[in-house]
Amino acid sequence: MLEIRGLEAGYGLATVLRGVDLTVPSGRIVAVLGANGAGKTTLNMTISGLVRARAGTITFEGRRIDGLAPPAIAEAGLVHVPEGRKVFPNLSVRDNLELGAYRRARGTRARNMERVFDTFPRLKERIRQGAGTLSGGEQQMLAIGRGMMAEPRLLILDEPSLGLSPLLVEEMFALIRRLHAGGLAIMLVEQNVAQSLDIADDAHVLENGTFAIGGTAAQVRADPHLQRAYLGL
Amino acid sequence: MGLPPEIILEAVLNGLLTGAVYGLVALGLTLVYGVLHIINFAHGALLTMAMYAAYVAWASLGVDPYVAALPLAALFFGIGYLVQRLVIGPASRGKDENILLVTLGLSIIIENLMLAVFRSDTRSIDVPYAMDVIEAGPTLLSYPRVIGFVATIAVGVALYVLMRFTMTGKAIRAVAKERTGAALVGIDVAHVYAVTFGIGTACLAIAAAMLLPSFYVSPRVGNAFVLVAFTIVVLGGMGSVVGALVGGLVIGVVESLSGLFLGESLGQIGIFLIFILVLLVRPTGLFGARA
Repeated sequence: MLEIRGLEAGYGLATVLRGVDLTVPSGRIVAVLGANGAGKTTLNMTISGLVRARAGTITFEGRRIDGLAPPAIAEAGLVHVPEGRKVFPNLSVRDNLELGAYRRARGTRARNMERVFDTFPRLKERIRQGAGTLSGGEQQMLAIGRGMMAEPRLLILDEPSLGLSPLLVEEMFALIRRLHAGGLAIMLVEQNVAQSLDIADDAHVLENGTFAIGGTAAQVRADPHLQRAYLGL
Repeated sequence: MGLPPEIILEAVLNGLLTGAVYGLVALGLTLVYGVLHIINFAHGALLTMAMYAAYVAWASLGVDPYVAALPLAALFFGIGYLVQRLVIGPASRGKDENILLVTLGLSIIIENLMLAVFRSDTRSIDVPYAMDVIEAGPTLLSYPRVIGFVATIAVGVALYVLMRFTMTGKAIRAVAKERTGAALVGIDVAHVYAVTFGIGTACLAIAAAMLLPSFYVSPRVGNAFVLVAFTIVVLGGMGSVVGALVGGLVIGVVESLSGLFLGESLGQIGIFLIFILVLLVRPTGLFGARA
């Protein structure tokens, strides 16, 4: 569903991604793991069109999307829930969700909003509240709910567990599993290696702008380098 | 200062009426600042241009400024949209000091264009109702200023409805605070910037149409209003739409009262005293967000 070949990207003189190859098959959870600064967020930003690719190709459902602007990519159904949530703090929970359907799924907006509220009853309680006044966990729910409003074909989740309490982290991973149970393809970008490997089908480890390890989650978990560097075994 | 209360009341009411149109000029400035985070130094020149447009509509086509207000607003929305999309946006890529230079340069070009076309003569139009007054209890109110006040309130309400209840307005507010998030839900940020700039310029066109029956127009006239508008924006809070309208009314009353007590030529001194006081005591303005 998503095919990335030889991707290079960066900012100014700095090159961050140095030849990334990645496949996200439909209906699977693919984890992209790596330490801070490995290039995970740059990879997401390049897929979404916020950062321009310098070389390589990105193909989504058979169509080249590198070089497209973010709205066109969102319209194609590749929906990115960014690191740091990026909800609209000055807008209500309802308005945030409505804007999730700005480019896609406008006709089914009401039904999708009900579905989001079924998944996150907390958001319904706070429907009129300004998103800036929500707790970190609630903002993360809102960011994911806003992404779901677009009826994504592929959902990119960037660090959804970042800054959440251990209990909420558990809840977040359970939620990702539930979203996936409906057949949704998910690219999960995380620093939380152990829990991501538990729910992912495939996993890739980004180091210095290129994938050092890749394969099924079980293969990656068994890799001695990964165990040493990321799991402390 | 034993002035009779009716005179003071009349000064306050006239101040409110004039201040409303000041607020309308400030509205465009604060909207552009709030969403694009740029200070548009071409605001005054665009106001001048709009006043000349209203002047031409009257002098060449015989269209009353009040009739011309809405078509001019549409025309200037388009001009503002294109200026942002084709000039300011591409030229400002990244750096704030670029924007300053670009908008300053734009204002010089527009002013000199006006100077070349209309010469430096001050011009005014002669509408039959320019000196009409409306009786309100013990006071007399100038008819053009009452119309200007009503138009400002109408624009304020229209903007409120646009910002609160339409997808376009919500997209504008989203872009103002969270650009990346907005781009990711599929909002075209460059388009929203241009629409916002266009709305600000359309406000200027309406202000111009309201000012023309009672003010003269010359190639630099816009600057006088924009200087006051900057004070209003600081008083109301940078980026606050409500602040611009309330600030405009306050400044109008201050100007009118200091004119009454200190003499007409010193009327504006009160405005700048307020400006300094706000900067000292409440730098975020009346409705501004805390830093």
